[in-house]
Amino acid sequence: MITQALDVARIRQDFPILAQEVHGRPLVYLDNAATTQKPRQVIDALVRYYETTNANIHRGIHQLAVRATEQYEAVREKATRHIGASNSQDIVFTRNATESINLVARAWGDANIGEGDEIVLTTMEHHSNIVPWQLLAQRRGAVLRYVAVTDDGYLDLESLRAMVGERTKLVSVVHASNVLGTINPVREIAEVAHQAGALVLVDGAQSAPHMAVDVASMGCDFFAFSSHKMLGPTGVGVLWAREGLLDEMDPFLGGGEMISIVRPDRSTWAEGPHKFEAGTPNIADVIAFGTALDYLAELGMERVREHEKELTAYAMAALEDLGGVTIHGPRKLEDRGGVVSFTVDGAHPHDVSTILDGHGVAIRAGHHCAQLLMRRLSVPATNRASFYIYNTEQEVDALVAALRHVQEVFGDADTRTAV
Amino acid sequence: MPIPEPQFDDLYREIILDHYRRPRNRGELSAPTQQAEGMNPVCGDEIELDLRVTGETIEEIAFRGQGCSISQSSASLLTERVKGRDIAEAERVSAKFKAMMNGDEPDIELGDLEALQGVAKFPVRVKCALLGWKVLEEGLSQAKKGIKEARG
Repeated sequence: MITQALDVARIRQDFPILAQEVHGRPLVYLDNAATTQKPRQVIDALVRYYETTNANIHRGIHQLAVRATEQYEAVREKATRHIGASNSQDIVFTRNATESINLVARAWGDANIGEGDEIVLTTMEHHSNIVPWQLLAQRRGAVLRYVAVTDDGYLDLESLRAMVGERTKLVSVVHASNVLGTINPVREIAEVAHQAGALVLVDGAQSAPHMAVDVASMGCDFFAFSSHKMLGPTGVGVLWAREGLLDEMDPFLGGGEMISIVRPDRSTWAEGPHKFEAGTPNIADVIAFGTALDYLAELGMERVREHEKELTAYAMAALEDLGGVTIHGPRKLEDRGGVVSFTVDGAHPHDVSTILDGHGVAIRAGHHCAQLLMRRLSVPATNRASFYIYNTEQEVDALVAALRHVQEVFGDADTRTAV
Repeated sequence: MPIPEPQFDDLYREIILDHYRRPRNRGELSAPTQQAEGMNPVCGDEIELDLRVTGETIEEIAFRGQGCSISQSSASLLTERVKGRDIAEAERVSAKFKAMMNGDEPDIELGDLEALQGVAKFPVRVKCALLGWKVLEEGLSQAKKGIKEARG
């Protein structure tokens, strides 16, 4: 139980949830693109916070408040390091990556997008990077444009270049697709956008957990990601903004913590990220997210990426050997992450998922919050297996064995209908 | 000791797979009196129904759609069961089918639909089995409204 990159057997001991059985079989958790499991260290950090530190932050003079504030602010530093940023005051904590994107759409978008302006998205976006811009476009009379996806699951950069022009105010693009696994050339995309004077938001929900990210070399203006997809608790998202951008932006939500002086008719705003963190934040989960970031830093993101590449190569080869299965997305390992979407001939993904569940294998079946991409692929839904640091080749074998069972139930090739 | 293979014989009965592979009454009616459609936004399953109702009788019925074996076979079995029957009987069968999905023993009136009983043990799949019936109820309520208006 070891890949070249990681000592998986040792890592698995840190994850209490993985030791259980489902329907009398060992749990095989391959739904990591939806959310990852949490190591004992992160769970302990949550408990430790409530048992020893719990206090409201940024406003108490007493010892507990000071300690809680220090621990919370220390995570801003860790998140900064994780994405290769330089200033922790450019990091805002939100509820999730979706809220991070909505924050930009409101606080930056409402002030900078006007009638007839264009926002460029791609057909492989998650709904979280589509709907906030639709709402903005409706408020401001702006126009949405979508970069096409090629048959082999890449962004069509020619279509991007043809699309970005002087009306373009923002290009918002996913770093790693939650369906196809495609890792997009965000640096090249940012160059095209910046030449036209547009800003660039990168949705890093599926990249920040799985690979070394460097916002500086990427050249983006906003980067959004989420704690629960990278060993941390639910309820914590991160927004990074290029230096100076937060200062130019209006507040997102109003309330305590985000103000400086409050008068009856108007107020002034707190500095830096605090302007965007109205009310008591998710202190405990942010602090435990810090422990998740420590855990990943100790493993090293290069090794995490290497491990997932090994597993992905193994899984794609095993699915090809099985036959009767179509894999969606790039084949080149350099261009993709550990998300493998596939369809089984003659069996709808929900039926596949039900049979796999009987084998203790947890995958995702459905449209993966990417209906535009499903239409582009001409499939109603796909199955998706997605890997993380604790997954093994034996677990891929269990997936394939369960898929063989699916083929037994739904087989009978000559009477299959197209679904 | 090897772990026994999980069994799906109760869920994927042969009759279900047969209706999934060879759906009955699939297509469209040339002159439907009612059309209704439904979608399950969570999983993307879709069913569209055409009905031709004369008086109180469902003379013809046809369906189109896409989705899993449960949603599609349930719709196919539904069309066989209610075709040529009157509205009151279709509504009664629909209520009995719902009761079976809630865990009740299948009523004799359900006929072949009894094959879907196993779905009740998979709560996340019950909505798949019910999709076609929801659409049928919509179509029937349109038809009843038409009958009522015709009577003035």
